[in-house]
Amino acid sequence: MDVQTWTYIIVGLSFALYIGIAIWSRAGSTKEFYVAGGGVSPLANGMATAADWMSAASFISMAGLISFMGYDGAVYLMGWTGGYVLLALLLAPYLRKFGKFTVPDFIGDRYYSEIGRTVAVICAIIVSFTYVAGQMRGVGVVFSRFLEVPIETGVYIGMALVFFYAVLGGMKGITYTQVAQYCVLIFAYMVPAIFISIQLTDSVLPQLGFGSKVADGTYLLDKLDGLHRELGFAEYTSGSKSMIDVFAITMALMVGTAGLPHVIVRFFTVPKVKDARISAGWALLFIAILYTTAPAIGAFARTNLINTVSEKQYADMPQWFQNWEKTKLIAFEDKNGDGIIQYKADVATNELTIDRDIMVLANPEISNLPNWVIALVAAGGLAAALSTAAGLLLVISTAVSHDLIKKQINPDISEKNELRAARIGAAGAVIVAGYFGINPPGFVAAVVALAFGLAAASFFPAIILGIFDKRMNREGAISGMIIGILLMLFYMIKFKLGGFGGGTAADWWFGISPEGFGTIAMLVNVIIALTVSRLTKPTPQEVQDLVETIRYPRGAGNAIDH
Amino acid sequence: MKQYWKKNLTYLGILLAIWFIVSFGAGILFVEPLNAIRIGGFKLGFWFSQQGSIYVFVILIFVYVRLMNKLDKEFDVDEK
Repeated sequence: MDVQTWTYIIVGLSFALYIGIAIWSRAGSTKEFYVAGGGVSPLANGMATAADWMSAASFISMAGLISFMGYDGAVYLMGWTGGYVLLALLLAPYLRKFGKFTVPDFIGDRYYSEIGRTVAVICAIIVSFTYVAGQMRGVGVVFSRFLEVPIETGVYIGMALVFFYAVLGGMKGITYTQVAQYCVLIFAYMVPAIFISIQLTDSVLPQLGFGSKVADGTYLLDKLDGLHRELGFAEYTSGSKSMIDVFAITMALMVGTAGLPHVIVRFFTVPKVKDARISAGWALLFIAILYTTAPAIGAFARTNLINTVSEKQYADMPQWFQNWEKTKLIAFEDKNGDGIIQYKADVATNELTIDRDIMVLANPEISNLPNWVIALVAAGGLAAALSTAAGLLLVISTAVSHDLIKKQINPDISEKNELRAARIGAAGAVIVAGYFGINPPGFVAAVVALAFGLAAASFFPAIILGIFDKRMNREGAISGMIIGILLMLFYMIKFKLGGFGGGTAADWWFGISPEGFGTIAMLVNVIIALTVSRLTKPTPQEVQDLVETIRYPRGAGNAIDH
Repeated sequence: MKQYWKKNLTYLGILLAIWFIVSFGAGILFVEPLNAIRIGGFKLGFWFSQQGSIYVFVILIFVYVRLMNKLDKEFDVDEK
């Protein structure tokens, strides 16, 4: 059977599964809609969190990025996993004990301030929207490549599906669908990785194959370093970013991860504080399976690619090369007219440009794997994009129906009407996300990094200080959040979008790129929050008591009813 | 109760110190000297930055869970 038939079969089956689960797990109450009734088992929650966390970017783009960045790719690998340690140790158990539905709930109650709640709602919505637009785009790209429909049609299909199970099932539907999606995506990621690892290094585990010898007896990484030196690239295992920038980006991504509302809300869905701790562990374990495989895939793909194309006749290129040329994601320009592909670091003599995003999708073809594997990768990419999109949409709809309508505009709203508002909010969010998926604003790539910076500069310090520093008061936390966010926005607009006079890499403060600046903005937030809180009047007694209670696990079961 | 919290903070301090050492220490700040050491096909610093630190992160969380479950019982603040 050809790739397309396989893709229709496998993707169709996986979609039927998601829809079946959505119907089975419909939400009947707001509690089920917001936090799945607070009754999800830690293992299931771990899997759902992992699927929620690993987006189209993790699945499709990350290994490709690493294969072009070499050592520097570590910023993503460590940055997007290390945050879970912070979550498990510093946030999840306490927020679970606190026992409300959302991050703005915590900010509003802990800092006894409606302004604080509103600031938090706005941040949550901005962060989630920037993220979700990228996911819908990912759905469109996968559909268009593998089913050969226009990107728009792909986005519509994705919208319809997410609409169906997010609007119907709320958190409950999403959680159980995500468990299924995790299984699909991790299987789809591992199968080609294992095949290629065996082909190249005789090692079944890609994590070990990464450090093994290839057919000619040299170690894979040494061979790759050698190839890079020959072609004029920086050594694969050394990278080219400055140390301070690598440090700052890694820190910003870690802290940003721990401050992202759609990740935090996950830990409200388990029954106990104990479960919140362990489900963070499960989540990271499930994520680590993919994240330790990704750098191996990156190195395999890079080696295969250079071996296949470098100094070879253009006319002898295999079929996949022409397929991807059609999509314009690979381009060959014969500058010296000798019919041979010169792939070089030097821009003037380099004749080949390759889009990083295609490495994972093209990998099975480059390695001549069977057609069903290629179809499986398509289904995995879709699972990754859809699961993340659904989780984000839920945060947006909850922010509207719970944080805005129930808590601020109309506190007397009935349970039934609140649930309806949540569903309408989710539906509206799907439509807006779809619009951005079809008409992506040019700054999407820039704002996704901004989402992490924003979360790092705003939520993270406010939550941590709220738990660990009783003396932290309304004035301190809010001034810290506002200045942190504004500073981050200023830096991003200046160096990413060219506002405020713009600037180049040479003008970066302390040599830190906008992607890493969240670290600085976070530190500024903390310093300001501490200073202001010590100069203004102390936290009221009842809030100090609240902080005291969230530090001890007992009694969490009752706290969830509001 | 004060002691429960103090002990919790001690655990956090130790675990987060390890978290920092394997990622920012071995993977970034001391990556060059560690790269002089090799384990199989890996340079050690490179291995920490792309593999090792992630394994340690996972272990850290499970160790934390064990420690805290024991501590909760010891101070009788665990959930019934």
